[in-house]
Parts: sequence; structure tokens; C-alpha cells
Amino acid sequence: MSNNGNGRTNGSPRIGVYICHCGINIAAKVDVERVTRFAETLPGVVVSKEYKFMCSDPGQELIQKDIREHDLNRIVVASCSPLMHEETFRKATANAGLNPFYFQMANIREHVSWVTKDKDLGTEKAKALVAGAVRRVSLHQALEKKRVDVHPDVLIVGGGIAGIHAALTIANSGRKVLLVEREPTIGGHMAMFDKTFPTLDCAACILTPKMSQVKDHPNITLWSYSEVTKVDGFAGNFTIQVTRKPRYVNEDECVGCMLCIDSCVYKQARVDDEFNQGLSKRKPIYIPFPQATPPVVVIDPETCMQLSKGKCKQLCAEACEKHAIDFNQKEEVIEVQAGAIILATGFKTFNPMRIPEYGYGRYLNVYTSLEVERLVNASGPTGGEVVLRDGSKPKSIAIIHCVGSRDHKTNKYCSRVCCMYSLKLAHLMKERSNAEVYNFYIDMRTPGKGYEEFYDKLLEEGTHFIRGRVAEVTDWALTDAEEGKMIVRVEDTLVGMPRRIPVDMVILSVGLEAQPDADDVRRLFGVSCSKQGWFTERHPKLAPVSTATDGVFLAGACQGPKDIPDTVAQAGAAAAEALAMIDKGFVELEPNTAFIDEEVCSGCKSCIPMCPYTAIKRDDEKKVAVINEALCKGCGTCVATCPSGAAQQNLFLDEQIYEEIEGVLNYV
Amino acid sequence: MYEWGRRRIKYESELDPAFCQTLIEKTGNDSIRNCIQCGTCSSTCPVSLYMDFTPRRLVAMAREGFHDEVLHSFTPWICASCYSCTVECPKEVKITETMYAIKQMAMDKGVHPARFPVPVLAREFYHQVKANGRTNEGRLITQLFLKTNPFKLIKQSKIGMKLFFSGRLDVIPQKIKNITQLRTLLKAVNGNGGGRAHS
Amino acid sequence: MTYLYYPGCSLKGTGKAYDESLLAVMKKLGVEQQEIDDWNCCGATAYMAVDQDRAYALASRNLALAEAQGRPNGKPVEVLTPCNACYLVLLKAQKRLEEDALGKRKLAGALESAGLNYEGKVSVRHPLDIFVNELGLDALKEKTVNPLNGLKVACYYGCQIVRPYSTFDDQYDPVAMDQVLEAMGAETLKWPLKTRCCGGSMTGTIPEVGMRLSFIILKEAKKRGADVIATACPLCQFNLECYQNEMREEFGEAVDIPVVYFSQLMGKAMGLSDRELGMQRLFVPFAVPAASK
Ligand SMILES: Cc1cc2nc3c(=O)[nH]c(=O)nc-3n(C[C@H](O)[C@H](O)[C@H](O)COP(=O)(O)OP(=O)(O)OC[C@H]3O[C@@H](n4cnc5c(N)ncnc54)[C@H](O)[C@@H]3O)c2cc1C
Ligand code: SF4
Ligand code: SF4
Ligand code: SF4
Ligand code: SF4
Ligand code: SF4
Ligand code: SF4
Repeated sequence: MSNNGNGRTNGSPRIGVYICHCGINIAAKVDVERVTRFAETLPGVVVSKEYKFMCSDPGQELIQKDIREHDLNRIVVASCSPLMHEETFRKATANAGLNPFYFQMANIREHVSWVTKDKDLGTEKAKALVAGAVRRVSLHQALEKKRVDVHPDVLIVGGGIAGIHAALTIANSGRKVLLVEREPTIGGHMAMFDKTFPTLDCAACILTPKMSQVKDHPNITLWSYSEVTKVDGFAGNFTIQVTRKPRYVNEDECVGCMLCIDSCVYKQARVDDEFNQGLSKRKPIYIPFPQATPPVVVIDPETCMQLSKGKCKQLCAEACEKHAIDFNQKEEVIEVQAGAIILATGFKTFNPMRIPEYGYGRYLNVYTSLEVERLVNASGPTGGEVVLRDGSKPKSIAIIHCVGSRDHKTNKYCSRVCCMYSLKLAHLMKERSNAEVYNFYIDMRTPGKGYEEFYDKLLEEGTHFIRGRVAEVTDWALTDAEEGKMIVRVEDTLVGMPRRIPVDMVILSVGLEAQPDADDVRRLFGVSCSKQGWFTERHPKLAPVSTATDGVFLAGACQGPKDIPDTVAQAGAAAAEALAMIDKGFVELEPNTAFIDEEVCSGCKSCIPMCPYTAIKRDDEKKVAVINEALCKGCGTCVATCPSGAAQQNLFLDEQIYEEIEGVLNYV
Repeated sequence: MYEWGRRRIKYESELDPAFCQTLIEKTGNDSIRNCIQCGTCSSTCPVSLYMDFTPRRLVAMAREGFHDEVLHSFTPWICASCYSCTVECPKEVKITETMYAIKQMAMDKGVHPARFPVPVLAREFYHQVKANGRTNEGRLITQLFLKTNPFKLIKQSKIGMKLFFSGRLDVIPQKIKNITQLRTLLKAVNGNGGGRAHS
Repeated sequence: MTYLYYPGCSLKGTGKAYDESLLAVMKKLGVEQQEIDDWNCCGATAYMAVDQDRAYALASRNLALAEAQGRPNGKPVEVLTPCNACYLVLLKAQKRLEEDALGKRKLAGALESAGLNYEGKVSVRHPLDIFVNELGLDALKEKTVNPLNGLKVACYYGCQIVRPYSTFDDQYDPVAMDQVLEAMGAETLKWPLKTRCCGGSMTGTIPEVGMRLSFIILKEAKKRGADVIATACPLCQFNLECYQNEMREEFGEAVDIPVVYFSQLMGKAMGLSDRELGMQRLFVPFAVPAASK
């Protein structure tokens, strides 16, 4: 059984009980005074006190003073969720010289005051929970946390601006980073933009230098075209399996001269170019864009003659002076170690086919905002000239906000960046095409430094702002002016009248959605995500880049829609958190591991296949099961499985749990 | 039309704070509270161009307790119950149902537009069903014009003749067999005032 | 499966041809049906405006009758409802009975005092739903003897068939009728007014407004080269077809185009006679052009 720690365990329990008001968070629905007086009457309780904020310094000192003065050996605090402050109170207990595990917490906030309307019932439930905690704590034992060394490397998943910024921050501190990106190049969405709001600085000018720093940094290993396929271990010691897809080009040899692309047997580019959102074509052998990082070509096996049909003159290979092309490349699976992980997998844009009213896919000249980002991009398919799919130049342009956002049928949330990027596109379109630009918005959301001023600028430019959510983009004309145009049907809500506005081009400001594989990714890394697929931070205000899993951090839009300034700030924060953990050098593990009572174990082996972490083996000599404490995660599966009750778990001993239940039930 | 000197202001004391709740109870759901005044309803509505207040404005006024304006508005009577607004609304506001509820309240209070064909048709419909269990389109239309605009009847009679000669007009009203059962049923329903006031 | 047929008042009056053609087509396709005995008015749109609770009561009586008449053979009861308005009202009443406990109790009490009972075992179906999802397009192709080749049809669904409760097709751009007629050889129009309101009862009450709504639909179908408009609702058909002369006077523009029921076109493709399909009742005569055979 567990060792005896450093606390005083001898003698009968002398318990101190502390009931927290949490301002009025608890006190409004629980009569704290009554609960305190009640606790006094419980066997073993020496002192029972109430205080406004137990977690505050005076609150903690109260406990420590009582431990010394009243020679307490067990502590119960009835306050918030253990997730919030268990650590705080364990530390306070330890600081007074007691083993921190002689402490028990009763949750009377999340489990009582926040979920009840009736103060009497709330008070009664609080009393019952305190009674349970008091009985349980009597049976607590001294335990010790185990320290484990931390592996000093960091894994970053996703090479958008979030992943890039986090990688550079960590690498610059001298630590090693492995950056894993799924696409052939890093850069993410930002690489597609021409300009960025609100300053209108050129996206490439600020991004591509960072991309090449990533490539050249001695502390960064960049694996593009790769994905994490397995994660084992725990904070400080993760074992990660990365699968590297074959690009059929030797990365170490290719210098990005692109001679191969010119000489491919396909004389014309015929495949939709993903990076340009299908607005242009590429060849089977290609590079996503000239500044792609790494600057290495890739062959698409579906359209390459050699790889799909097994027959080609292989002019590409012939043209390559470095002999970099390798049709025999196979998928590689590599295992690496890391102490911390940063998830920076970003977002995808909403597919407007889901709102047929807006005509995407039906009318040629309806575009998504992301397509327009490419269209106005100097290195995009038209060299930055605004030419529509039908070859014409638009004289009037509609920009429709909130497409796939703030809508109960698609996504309820506001995507936060689209008002601003719609303003940016309105400006760029007007500048490049001199067309009349109409913005259709529900509410104009421009909170941010310099953002409202950007809106002012657009107003000055004479852009039309019509407050109304568009019902339909259609082509049934009622007047001559509407013939041959797309017609936007909207209510001008500020005027209070329906309007029909004929335009040549429609831009849909599509919202941001979680990656379609967010659920798989979250399982892989053991983090949780919201119903919409955004990864969940540990605390929305106080731990915005941590997750419920120690050692796994979040950066950028994978946690929720956000713009580049916020993304970069968060990436910096995630990097700092990861570094803080690594520089500490060790992590402490909860002593909630399972153990086998050898006397009782019959050696039936039932527990062995049940353990999800393969922590249990059979000692064939003693004919009993043995648990490897280093591997055990304290999930409790073996405890529930064991037919003879030999498997037990620290912090959750049967007697402790029964005692708590009895405490609660006896009161009720 | 603009009238010189007519004040355009609303004092809080003129509003009916309970109005919205009444509507919610009538429609059986409180979706009206979710409206963000986006105007999708008004723009998708095929007849909003004929309304005195667009559906969006009616929702706003109803929510704020503009009792008189809402009940006297022509908007619900022009609504064709096409449900476009209901399915397009991003906040799933049950607008068509709200229009029905307003119509019923206006009829209960007797403030619906007089000699306006829509409520007249509705009531005529009601009487026919009570009498026969089924409706007869020819008689419905005849009654409608007699009670609203007899001149239109002459215009419509051309269509009526054509319908008759193509066998599409039943002159003798159909009557269900168990009309007693139907009447018992209708009586048993504790209907609202629209029924009570005119039965 | 024998469907319980609920024609509704209009199919016995202005929409007689819908009744005739649909029954003829179903017979040919081997879809068995039996009219609900002693059905009453569905409680339509106009009634809802006067007295919602009584409108629900009217609808519930039909559902209760259907359940009683359809259940003896132990199978689930499916009510076939061709009229858009009836379809909507019956679905709406069902929804109310499902979702509103208080409304349900009130209705149950009233039904009981009239010696009726409804357990909620009926499902309300539109014939298009049956043709596409139960019978299947292949079965339709099989029965086609005079394919409607070259005939350009503008399928007009009207509002209440897909809104707001029905789930068998898209609410903005439905395709069931297009699929049925395409299976029988016709070419259908891609157009944005498939579910735009025809004016409903407004053509009678406020003709200036109602007629304009119909006029827009007719004009657009014509402009896009349709030979004929196919409808699935007696009121739509009436509004679109019978006022064409009045529209010419009102708007100074001729929009003459035949407006038929989709079931009449199906019947033509299946070789049924004009009489069987009630073609003689049309104001604007329609014959499948010879070229299209
Ligand atoms: C049309 C449009 C215009 C915008 N304009 C602006 C603007 O002007 N100014 C501004 O501040 N913001 C703008 N934004 C917002 C901006 O795009 C985001 O703030 C930013 O891209 C977020 O960066 P990120 O790195 O978190 O995500 P992303 O840019 O999405 O990058 C995520 C990266 O992770 C990779 N990845 C995903 N899943 C995996 C996986 N499982 N394994 C490995 N790699 C993976 C992806 O391939 C991608 O490279 C705009 C957004 C849109 C849609
Ligand atoms: S300990 Fe918990 S319940 Fe008490 S004041 Fe702090 S946060 Fe609130
Ligand atoms: S193998 Fe042939 S098709 Fe494939 S990239 Fe080389 S030249 Fe092009
Ligand atoms: S940011 Fe603007 S456009 Fe985007 S969802 Fe929010 S309100 Fe709509
Ligand atoms: S508690 Fe869970 S992880 Fe630990 S040994 Fe038992 S089954 Fe394995
Ligand atoms: S569509 Fe819905 S949310 Fe928008 S104004 Fe109308 S009722 Fe309100
Ligand atoms: S249901 Fe009425 S208010 Fe709504 S769109 Fe149709 S006609 Fe307009």
C-alpha cells in the first residue's frame, strides 16, 4: 500500500472544515452560517469556519493558522470545483506541514448554488456534501506526488501563422521544435491573402520572411505533407507517431528550380489548383505557390501518368538535374519524442452550397471571399486584375456578410473576422475595379485597434452599406436594368423597405468553421472540443491556451474564429506556456495510480486486457498481477474489473468512497 | 402620408408591456424574442412590398408592445401564409404563426380592417364549414364579393362561367354525412374569440 | 399498401382534373388507394386566421377518421394528400399534437366528446413523395409509353408543399417533380421561382396583389422557354391558369402558357386518354406537341 508521507497521521482525526461564500456566488443560495454550525456537530470536527473567499491569501492563512493552533490533521473546504482550487488548498495544507492529501474538497458552487433556485434545498444539499467529505477525509492517507523529467522538445501541429509564430518563438529560446504540416507547404490561410486588415499591409511581405526563417532555423525541423497518426504518453513525455506522405520528390535534393514542371508531358495545366481555390489550373507536378516552404515540388499521384497509369515518358525526371524525382518513394512512419504539444490546426471556410438561396455553384459570378482573396492577389490567377469567371469586368459588386454565421440552420456563432475582411475586400475591389460596391450586413462588428477607423475610411470611400441580411441572389428580372444581372433581394432595414439590387458579381463572406477532422484530431491528442468542433481551452478567461490535458496547448483559429493579431498573440502565449513547462524540467504526477493487493489477487488476469495503457503484467512467479506505476494513468478500469477486489486505486479507495456515500446518505 | 403637426414619438406609458407575452402564449413558442432585425423575412416575403410595415418591423413593434399599431396593421392581412419568412429566418422566428396570432387577436378585439376581403373570406369559410363540413369555392367567392365589393363580382363572373362550363364548379354544396359529430367537435373546442364572436 | 386518400374540398371543385388524373395515374401504376370516408374540410389557411384551435380540430377529425379506417389491417396508416394547403394543415396539426402537450390535451378532450380518438399513428404524404421515394423513378420509366421527349416543363411546386414542415425535398430548390417528369422524358427548367408564392387565396381577396404574383411566375417561365407549367396544387393551378385573360388586361402583356397538373403530364406519358386526365377542363388547352413524341 502507499507510503506514509511526511504528515502527522497518528491519533484520531482532528478535522477543520471551511465553508466558502465565494462572494455571493455560494452565499446567495446556501446559508453558509447554517452549514458551518452543522459541520461543528460532526464527529471529529474540531473547528468549523466560514469565510468570504477561501482561495484568497487570508482564507488560506486561516487554514494554516488553525492547523498549527488546533493541531488539525485533516482539512475539508466546501467551495468551488476541485478543478478550480484543489491545488490551491492542497498547497495551503502542505505549507502548514501537513501532507497535502489529508485534504478533501466539497463542491457546493457548481454542484449546488449555481444549479439551484431554492436556498433551503441548496443549504440542505451543501450540508449533505460536507457530511460526506468529513467522513471521507478521516480515511485519507498521506501520499506523495511523483516527479518525472520532461523531454525538452516541442511538437507543433499545423503550420499556419499560429504554428509558424509559436515555432519561431520556441526555437529562438534555444529549444528544439518539430513542426508538422499536412499540406505540401506551410503558411495556412494567411499565405492566400493579398493584403491584411486593418493596416492593409501586404500579407506576403510579412509572412514569407517568417516562413523562410522556419525553413532555415537550426532548431526547427519542418515536416510538411505529414500528419500525426498516434500519440502516447503524458505531459512531459509524449511519444508521437508521424506519417509522412510520399511527395515523390526527394526533399533534400530538390532545389525548387521547377524545370520538371515545365517539361511534364502535360503541356497544359489541367488540374484544379487547390491553392488558387480552383480559379486556375496546375500540372500533376507542381508547387503550390512560388514562395512555398519548403520550396520543393510535389507530384499528385492521382493525375500523374506514371503514378496513376504506370506509364509515362517521365520527362520531369529527365529534366531534373538533381535527380530528385523518385517514383518509388513510400509513405514513412516515424516515431518522435516531445515534452509539450501545441495544436495550431486552424479552420476551414464555410461551404456556401449549403445555402442554395445565395446561388453559389449556380451562378458563375458568385464567389466566396477566399476565392476573391486569390483573385485580387498580385500573384493570384489573374495577377491581381479583377476579371470574372465569364471574362467580364464587374461594374457592381455585392458583398454579403454572415454567410454561414449567426444562422441557426448553419452556425449560430459570429465568425468574428468576416466584417473586417469584407471591408478589406470592399476597399480592394473598389481600388482594382472602380465598381460600385455594396456591403450587406446585419451588424457591423469592428472591435479592435484601428478597426472602426478602417470602417470610417470605407464610408468615406463611398462604399454602399445596406443593413439587411440578403434573402436571395437570383436572376429573375423585373426591370430592364435587371436583365442579365444577378439580383440581390434584401430589405434595407434602416429605410424599412425591400430593395432589389442588380449586380455583376457577388462575394459571399463565408464564416469560419472547425476543421472537418477536428473530432479525430481532438481524440488523438486527448483534448475536448465544442459541439461545433473548436478545441476547448481549460478556462475561457484564465487558461485560454491550455487544455484539459496537461502538456497540450492551443494556438490560433483551431480554438475559435480569430484574426491574425489575436492568433499571433495566442501563439506567443502557447509557446511561453510550453517553454515554462519544459524549463521547469519535471512534471508532478497525481498519485492516483492503481495498485494490487497481492494477498487478495487470485491471478485471474481479468484486469490485464482491460487496461487501456497496458500498464498491467502478471508476475508468473508470485502468480499475481503487477501494475507499472509509471504507465498507469489512474483511469480505474482495472479496479472496476477485478472480481476479487484486489485492484485498488489511491485517492479512490473503496472504503473512502463508501464512507463518503454513507456520510451523504446518513444526513439525507 | 405625412401630416404636418402630427407627433411621431412613443411614450413608454402608451406601450403595452404584456403584448409580446400574449403573442408568445398564442403561438405557443417564444421564438419572437430571438429576432435580430436582420430583415431576411421582409426580403424573402413575396408581398412585403404591399405591407404598411414589413414583417421585420411588425416583429420589432410587437416585441416592444406597440399594441395599437400592430393590431391595426394591414400586414398580417396581406400575408399569404407562404412560410418563406419562417424557413429563411436565421433565428428560426415563427413569423407566419405570429401573423396568424395577430389576425386572431385583431378579430377578437374587432379591430380588423372593415370590409377588407381577407377577414370576410375567413369568416365566410368558417360558416360554410360549420354548416356543411366542407367548403364550396363558388359560394365562397360569391359571398366574398357580395360583402366587400359587388362590382368585382361582375368581373369575376366571367371566370365563374368558364369554371362552370368546364365542370370545375360545384353548384350544390357537398355535405358530410356525420355533420352532427363535426358540430359537437367544434363546440367542444374551447376556441378563441374569433369563433365565439361570430358563431 | 393501400393509401388513404384525402382529396380535400378543392379537388372536388376547381381542381377536379387533379383528382381525376391522379387517380388514373395511380391506378395505372398499381398504387392502391381508398378515399377516407366522410372526410371534412382540412381547416385550411383561412380558418386558421379565425380560430386556430377549431382549425386544428377539423384537421384532427380527418386524422382520427383515417386512423380508424386504416388501422384494422394492422398496418401503419399513410394518408395521401395531393393539395398543398391540406398537406400543410394536416402536417401542422400533427406537429401541434406532438409538440404542444396542452394543445394535445385540449384536442383529445374535444375529439372524445365527439366520439373520436387519435393516437398519432398516421403519416401524411404527398403524391410526389410517394412517386419518388416509394415507387421509385425506375418504376415510372417502365410505365412510360409516350415519353415526353423535347417537352420543356417549368415545374412549379408552390409554397406549402415544402414549407415549413415537409422534409421530403429541399425548401428552396425542390426537385421531386423535376425528377418524376424527367424520368418520363421531359426536359425541366432550372429556375428560381419554383417555390415562390402564387398569391394563394389573395388572387380572390386582393386581386391586384395576387395576380401580380402569378404574373411574375408565368412571365419568368415563358421567358425561359417553357412549353408548359406543371403544378402540384389546385390553388396554384387555378391562380396561374384561370386569370391569364385578366392579367393581360391588368398588366398589358400576354402571358398565355398552359398550366397543368404534373399528374396530367404523367398520364400523357403513360398513354392515358385526355378524358381520363380531365384535359378538357383546362382554360388554356394543352396537347403534348407531336415533335416531342
Ligand atoms: C477570406 C478571409 C480573409 C481574412 N483576412 C484577414 C485579414 O485581412 N487580417 C486578419 O487579421 N485576419 C484575416 N483572416 C483571418 C485569418 O485567416 C486567421 O486569423 C488566420 O489564418 C488563423 O491562423 P491559423 O494558423 O490559426 O490557421 P490557418 O491559417 O487555418 O492554418 C492552419 C494550418 O494547419 C494545417 N493543418 C490543419 N490540420 C492539420 C493536421 N491535422 N495536421 C497537420 N496540419 C494541419 C493547415 O493545413 C494549415 O496550414 C481572414 C480569413 C478569411 C477566411
Ligand atoms: S475558493 Fe472557490 S468558491 Fe471560494 S472564493 Fe475561491 S473561487 Fe469562490
Ligand atoms: S511522370 Fe509524367 S505525368 Fe508525372 S509529373 Fe512526370 S512527366 Fe508529368
Ligand atoms: S464578423 Fe460580421 S460578417 Fe462575420 S459573422 Fe460576425 S457579424 Fe457576420
Ligand atoms: S487504473 Fe487504468 S491505467 Fe491504471 S492500471 Fe488500472 S486500468 Fe491501467
Ligand atoms: S428574419 Fe427573423 S431575425 Fe430576421 S428580422 Fe425577420 S424575424 Fe427577425
Ligand atoms: S408567410 Fe406571410 S409574411 Fe411570411 S413571407 Fe409569406 S407572405 Fe410574407
